[in-house]
Amino acid sequence: MSLPTPEPPQDPTAAAYWRGAARGEFRVARCSHCGAHVWFPRSHCPQCTSPDLELVPVSGEGVVYSFTVNRRPAGVYKDAGAVVIAYVELAEGLRVLTNLVDVEPERVRVGQPVRAVYDAGLLRFAPREVAD
Amino acid sequence: MTARGTAVLVGAYEHPERIIPVGSVAGVVADVVHGALADAGLGIERVDGFFYAGVHQGVNLVTMADYLGLGPLSYYDSTDTGGASPVSQVGHAATAIAAGRCSVALVAMGGRARSEKRGASGGPVPQDGFEGVYGLTQPAAYALAAQRHMYEFGTTGAQLAEVRVAAAHHAQFNPHALYRDPVTVAQVLDSPLISDPLHRLDCCVTTDGGGAVLVVSEEVARELPRRGVRVLGHGEAVKTPGAGRIDLTYTAAAVSGPRAFEEARISVADIDMASLYDSFTITVLLTLEDLGFCDKGKGGRFVEDGALLAPHGALPFNTDGGGLCNNHPDRRGGMIRLIEAVRQLRSEAAPEVQVPDCEFALVQGQGHALGTRSAAATLILGREDVR
Repeated sequence: MSLPTPEPPQDPTAAAYWRGAARGEFRVARCSHCGAHVWFPRSHCPQCTSPDLELVPVSGEGVVYSFTVNRRPAGVYKDAGAVVIAYVELAEGLRVLTNLVDVEPERVRVGQPVRAVYDAGLLRFAPREVAD
Repeated sequence: MTARGTAVLVGAYEHPERIIPVGSVAGVVADVVHGALADAGLGIERVDGFFYAGVHQGVNLVTMADYLGLGPLSYYDSTDTGGASPVSQVGHAATAIAAGRCSVALVAMGGRARSEKRGASGGPVPQDGFEGVYGLTQPAAYALAAQRHMYEFGTTGAQLAEVRVAAAHHAQFNPHALYRDPVTVAQVLDSPLISDPLHRLDCCVTTDGGGAVLVVSEEVARELPRRGVRVLGHGEAVKTPGAGRIDLTYTAAAVSGPRAFEEARISVADIDMASLYDSFTITVLLTLEDLGFCDKGKGGRFVEDGALLAPHGALPFNTDGGGLCNNHPDRRGGMIRLIEAVRQLRSEAAPEVQVPDCEFALVQGQGHALGTRSAAATLILGREDVR
């Protein structure tokens, strides 16, 4: 069963991110001044206060940092069954909140390799096979 | 400036009801304010400081001051850090009293979260498109912290359940508690999963009601007939995800706790009972570690073998049944944690759970969500005769 794809509420300070997301491009903010990666995109760098944040592409590969199977989802997810919510740690080090899709809830584990997929402009992650 | 010992908690009142089908938020708050004033033996005309977050159900500080007939007030504070708010506000009141800005501070909260189905208020926030859009509920946010704790430290569901077992044991002796039946570890683990790994009995109750306390200067306290409780130390801190760097294994109590102990000039070993925020069982485990009652990662082991049971466990906790069994009004538990600590230090807890010779108590508030961004406040309180 696929998850609902609610229209993401778009904060104006992240407008450029959302334009890319609509095209399926996964980009994160990086501070042009201090080089820090910033998630989620915003007006100023929270590390050095610079307003010069640029969007840079990332590989979209990561591992599950933590997860839960929400069995009492609410709002638009009310009838979605068991919804897997996770923090994924990207290869770049950022930890992003997301849903896992194309996965059996009972088989999710911390450390599992995953890859970003865009679902109607919404960033989600699916399992990825890795060579041993 | 330090507030140590210069402010005294002289009145405390917890609304006796848990379900208030007919009533209003302002009416509930007025009930607890008058209850606390009566407990202190103070008239409302003496109140010159008002501490009230208010916004959660729309009744703000000025509206409430009007409804109660307060004024003109020389100091006020509507700090809103969710469930931690009243714990922070008592610290702020003590500082204001030490600075001479007010001498009778009223700290109040209340709501009808159980009977009045109303969503959280407020407009859009920057994280909407990056968090709420994924169906993140409050239990799910705490479940993320629990899952990571299990992964890193081997914590088990049975260990989390021990927290509920201790709270339920205490709730038996509280006639006002929403749930008064004792539970076993097996019953917690057999209750339905809400958001893995958290079961229904890992989650706190939702109730109507509220509470209020009065914090006054030493001069005012001396006029009053009732035994007071000294505010010895306060600390508070906010923890954010750090723009993509969240670490789910600790809370802001790791910062607020040491600040409070430093001001109080006592150590963890001196604490006779703890009133710990227990929105979920994992909240308690993380807090025990962050405050230094055990090492990081050892919270699960710490709560085994009845360590949290009153009166004789290593650290009697939430002796009223806590938010898990007794009361969590307006989805905010800080005030109720505070009031039970005051009862213990006045030797007015239920006899079955009264900690003998209770000299020092710690109150921990947590607000918002440990899975994303949160605020913590720690208070260290002392029996009136301690210096």
